[in-house]
Amino acid sequence: MSDVAALELRDVHVTYRTREGPVPAVRGVDLSVFAGEVVGVAGESGCGKSTIVSTILRLFPASATVTGEVLLDGENVLTMRWGRMRAVRWGVASVVFQGALHSLNPIQRIGTQLVEPIFLHDKLATDNSAATKVRTLLEQVGLPARHADAYPHQLSGGQKQRVMIALALACDPQVLICDEPTTALDVMVQAQILELLIGIARERSMAMLLISHDLSVLGTSCDRVAVMYAGRIIEHGPARAVFDWPEHPYTRALSSAFPTIGDAASRYAPSGLPGDPPFPGDLPSGCPFHPRCPSALPVCPTVDVKLLPAGPGRTAACVLVDQSVPTR
Amino acid sequence: MRRASTVTTPRKLSPYAIARTRRKKSLQRFAQAFFGQPAGVIGLVILSVFVLLAVSAPLLFDREMLDITKTLGNESLEPPNGDFWLGTDENGRSILAVLVWGARASLVVGLAASLISMVLGTLIGIGSGHYTGLAGSALQRLTDWFLVIPFIPLVVVLAAVLGQRGLGTIVLVLGVTSWPGTARLVRAQTLSVEGRPYLERAKVLGDSDWQQMTKHVLPNVMPLVIANTTLTVAIVILSETTLAFLGLGDPFLDSWGTMLDKATGAGAASTGAWWYLLPPGICVILVVLAFTLIGRTLEVVLNPRLGSE
Amino acid sequence: MAVAAAVRAADSDPEPQRPARGGQQGGLGRFIGYRLVAGLGTLVFVLLFNFFLFRMLPGDPAARYRAVKSISPADLAKIRDELTAPLPQQFVAYLKDPLALDGISSWKGQPVWDLVQGRAWPTLVLLGATTIVAVVIGVWIGIKAGWNRGSRFDKVSTAVTLLFYATPEFWLGLLLILLFSTGIGFFPGIFPSGGVIDSGIDPLSFEGITSIADHTVLPAVALAAVYLAEYSLIMRASMVDELGQDYLMTARAKGMMDHMVRRRHAVPNASLPTITLIFLNIGFIIGGAITVETVFSYPGLGLLTFEAVSEQDYVLMQALFLVFTMSVIVFNIIADIVIAVIDPRIRT
Ligand SMILES: Nc1ncnc2c1ncn2[C@@H]1O[C@H](COP(=O)(O)OP(=O)(O)O)[C@@H](O)[C@H]1O
Ligand code: SF4
Ligand SMILES: [Mg+2]
Repeated sequence: MSDVAALELRDVHVTYRTREGPVPAVRGVDLSVFAGEVVGVAGESGCGKSTIVSTILRLFPASATVTGEVLLDGENVLTMRWGRMRAVRWGVASVVFQGALHSLNPIQRIGTQLVEPIFLHDKLATDNSAATKVRTLLEQVGLPARHADAYPHQLSGGQKQRVMIALALACDPQVLICDEPTTALDVMVQAQILELLIGIARERSMAMLLISHDLSVLGTSCDRVAVMYAGRIIEHGPARAVFDWPEHPYTRALSSAFPTIGDAASRYAPSGLPGDPPFPGDLPSGCPFHPRCPSALPVCPTVDVKLLPAGPGRTAACVLVDQSVPTR
Repeated sequence: MRRASTVTTPRKLSPYAIARTRRKKSLQRFAQAFFGQPAGVIGLVILSVFVLLAVSAPLLFDREMLDITKTLGNESLEPPNGDFWLGTDENGRSILAVLVWGARASLVVGLAASLISMVLGTLIGIGSGHYTGLAGSALQRLTDWFLVIPFIPLVVVLAAVLGQRGLGTIVLVLGVTSWPGTARLVRAQTLSVEGRPYLERAKVLGDSDWQQMTKHVLPNVMPLVIANTTLTVAIVILSETTLAFLGLGDPFLDSWGTMLDKATGAGAASTGAWWYLLPPGICVILVVLAFTLIGRTLEVVLNPRLGSE
Repeated sequence: MAVAAAVRAADSDPEPQRPARGGQQGGLGRFIGYRLVAGLGTLVFVLLFNFFLFRMLPGDPAARYRAVKSISPADLAKIRDELTAPLPQQFVAYLKDPLALDGISSWKGQPVWDLVQGRAWPTLVLLGATTIVAVVIGVWIGIKAGWNRGSRFDKVSTAVTLLFYATPEFWLGLLLILLFSTGIGFFPGIFPSGGVIDSGIDPLSFEGITSIADHTVLPAVALAAVYLAEYSLIMRASMVDELGQDYLMTARAKGMMDHMVRRRHAVPNASLPTITLIFLNIGFIIGGAITVETVFSYPGLGLLTFEAVSEQDYVLMQALFLVFTMSVIVFNIIADIVIAVIDPRIRT
């Protein structure tokens, strides 16, 4: 493991300008992923996970203002020239997107779409070498090579996601980002896809950022996890520890009552927490979790909670954490 | 845009009152969304001006001014001047007066024919979407067939075939030829409504076909129909102009199309009588543009899929 | 190893439709077959429609032929007998000759199809010029405006195209005659305002072609402006629909340049509705050119229709109506086939 993180976010803020006013979707996120590591990010829908993904390859819309630093192998993505940016896209880091079922061009053959980034990033590629590569990629994700001739609509959801994974591996990137890679799939297939992804990342010693709304999945398969709420990381630490002994009341709610994997409804109402996640354009004062927090104190609506040390390799942002530190 | 909302359920209100406030709320939301679109507002302003002109035509210009037996004293094809702001036509009539009265003809024909088209299109569209059996596919076939019949030749032939050309004939011809587009749209929407749970429930509860269609399907397709009809008005006005221009309009009705027909007959294009040619054309463009702008805005505002900008 | 396990598990993944090697072509063939049969059905409907439409005529249908000197009294009597026979009998006669192949024009006294044939080529020239101009410019504007939605180009081009969309093409034609044929103010009257070719010139010679071009410019511009508006508006709308699609995000993330994302991914997907419209319109323009051809006295099928209507020549009208309808049906089928070639989802 080198000392430069493969992916590092430093104090990243993202604000969308909308007609209704600014929407601060991400409000100061620090996170790093080293080669050979799988880091999970958990949190309810709307907490800013996909927005973070969009900063890594600078794929955010023009309406977004991004500050801070996003470093890929020490190089700041946000200040790169466009030419370099395009080389970094897919060459250094690639993404398996959230919308698994619509991420492929519906009127192009799978093979054509797999070949595209190969020719784009490898000037020496020949038709033959690219075709061989496509075959290998498809086999690696468990698909027969003949699927290269298929069109997306001829494949099942799981197969399409496998194609997306093959696509993400096409240029042998160092960093693999998976934004809710299994959300759109049915339960049986979810576990297979996740297993495939983690296996590939470990085998190739990639740095992998795995995003999910399901903390239990991350807890069992990642090295570290970060839990997000309202655009901030509110707890961070070794995956098992965070899942088994959550420090932050929100993490506790996520980990304790999480329903079975793949229950579609759980995405919208995880753990039966009361109320809805806050809208980033209109956040509660103080600790943004306080309207829903079962352990809220009278000071919570006014204090500005920061991530504080909360045990070995762990941090959490809650006024209660201070008191719990010495007991560990 | 997704928004956190704390829903407080009003407990003591009667269902009627709830429905009323909900309707009022959605109307407010609709107005807000519509007036947030500059294009729609521009369309509405243009249309209002023309409606106002059409309504107040008798106040502005005496009907007598259109009677060619009363204008023999005026010079014909006179360029714009102090007496006739837009000049005169080949019969010495004030072009401005004919133009203002023409607004009536165009608007009346456009609205009446679109109404016929709307009713036919909605009935056939809902029917072909709702009935799954032979009736449904027969209606669908009918729609498909009418879609391939070239519109202008059909209108021309129909107008010729129907012989005596009154306002009613023209409205009828344009109305019965404009519906297939609406029907196809309504059919698609009906099919998507039919798949929704509340319709399943209505079916299980034994609602008759008529009840299902009027209580559940119709309210759901109505927004789409309204937007589409507004766009149809634009096309119908263009078609009326075309018909009248080809001499197939009501010869006693001074519509803008008739004006253009007479202008061509009087050689306005080849003699350079631009004041006879430009005004009717510009009026047609403005009114058609107004309906198009309003229709497009309605589409965006009323269609949730398009609305997410 | 987890990967191997997952790879093995892949086969338990439900597969909706197995892609069969070479199955695509068969799918396309089947689709075309189906489409041709449906087109035939439409044709039958049109023929029936045509029969009844033209049997609803008021007055004595044979009376019009009296004006034509070239028809002998015997022929006239025969025509009258045919036209006044009871409907079922007429229908049988119609079925024997639905295309009115031996129909005689009551206006000119010639076989109608001779008249139609003589007028077909100017319409084809006009149609070709119009379509090429309208498609190239309209699609280009639509792509650029939709891809840069909200830009100045988008706002200006949408405003202008909406204006053209609202313009009656014949009025634009009149205006063009006023400006460029009659000439007014500093506008030059350089183009002819009638006909398709100067008389006495061989249409296939160099002078002939330039003369045809000279005569076609103004009517083609008038027609193209309106169709161009329609194409650009629908192309823009389709582009905007595609903008938010996930696969474009994938294409961008691959590191493609913006214009490549647009050309390789967005445009092919967005072009499907426009392609349908273009082919459909080719069918419609053949009939829709009535007013423009009339304005420019351009001797095509449109002007012929106008003349048939003015002369109340119903046999000719019937033949023309059939030509227009058939061309719409044919181009509709072509459109569907082109779409099926581009979009694999249609043909399976
Ligand atoms: N393009 C955008 N414009 C405005 N707001 C946006 C945009 N994209 C996302 N948002 C808002 O930012 C917040 C975070 O969204 P997102 O990153 O997609 O969350 P997650 O992936 O965790 O579900 C949400 O409230 C969402 O409404
Ligand atoms: S700071 Fe207060 S409100 Fe926020 S999580 Fe901790 S206890 Fe709950
Ligand atoms: Mg997301």
